[in-house]
Amino acid sequence: MIRRRTGRITLVGVLLAAGGVLVTGALRDTLTYYRTPGEVLTDPGATRERVRLGGEVVPGSLRRDGDLVVFRLAAAGREITVRQRGVPPETFREGEDAVVEGTLAVDGIFRADQVLVRHGNEYRPSAAPTEPPDAR
Amino acid sequence: MRASTVDLIADNPGGAAGRRTLAWAAGGLGGAAALAGGLLAPVDAIQGTAQRLMYLHVPAAWAAYAAFAVVLAASGAYLIGRDLRWDRFARAAAEIGVVLTALAIGTGSLWGRLVWGTWWAWDPRLVSTALLLLAYAGYLALRRTVAERSGARDGADHRVARLAAVVGVAGFLLVPVVHFSVVWWRSLHQQATILAPQRPPIDPRMALVLLLAVAAATAAATAVLLHRVVRLERRLAAPPPAPSRRGGRVPARAR
Repeated sequence: MIRRRTGRITLVGVLLAAGGVLVTGALRDTLTYYRTPGEVLTDPGATRERVRLGGEVVPGSLRRDGDLVVFRLAAAGREITVRQRGVPPETFREGEDAVVEGTLAVDGIFRADQVLVRHGNEYRPSAAPTEPPDAR
Repeated sequence: MRASTVDLIADNPGGAAGRRTLAWAAGGLGGAAALAGGLLAPVDAIQGTAQRLMYLHVPAAWAAYAAFAVVLAASGAYLIGRDLRWDRFARAAAEIGVVLTALAIGTGSLWGRLVWGTWWAWDPRLVSTALLLLAYAGYLALRRTVAERSGARDGADHRVARLAAVVGVAGFLLVPVVHFSVVWWRSLHQQATILAPQRPPIDPRMALVLLLAVAAATAAATAVLLHRVVRLERRLAAPPPAPSRRGGRVPARAR
């Protein structure tokens, strides 16, 4: 009985430890969902691995060239040019935040294959409101 | 307040009438929210019509938080007073919370597909919400496992109730983690609007629909909770089923 219990406690302990390792490993990339241009540019290892890069789509920087979409992502004064292959979501536009996934090439241009739109927590009507929006 | 609560879980015509009234109120609020959400609330400037998913997603998430708060309170009340009625409240609230969390993840996934451009992202809010769902599904599974192994009836046995109450209290630790995940960590998910300390602008019509929908979800979840507790009590008041197999295992009847 006691031996069975010891075995069971050991098993639970091993499972918890394995789960803990898996969770911490998985959360390393999860807790910081994306990195800013400044962080990616100062990280010497950034060109070797796939990263998520987030920032504001710089107004006026968006160009479409066939199935290639080129724009700049900026945050905290640093920016990176992104060449995205594939169509971004419909909600993607200049002046809004976006997160792209891909790798930073050695030429300093980020080659992305996925764009996610990161919208804010403000909600406004699309048509011009008859009265100024209530900015509480 | 206390008197009406006692009335509402009474298994008699008065209690049933009270629960029916609450269910009708929830239906009325839900209908008003649906009408206002479809006709009164404007289309969002950036997200378009997809933003209307907010009127399902936010109430589901809010009511799930509230259900887990009931699990916490009822588990605490059981640990203090050892009254099995609180254990049944905790079980019913956990069941409702699990369903609502799944609903929040489902509507959020659709909203994410339409606005972010993905069904799922390995983001702190999404992952912590999935953990919350797993934790309370595990809580229910644990109740059932302990009940089946010890031949106890889930909801009428202190062996199940004691362990469940400890887990039910501990599980609530995840709720603030989920709620503040978008503040503590860098997330794809937007931050709170209504519950934010400095409320960002939201169109007053959108806010009204959101509040109506939250009220409807809260009333509906309360009505289901009371109904479920009464049903559990009724089932557990019936004589226990005869053990069908050797080994003292009894198929869980009280589902």
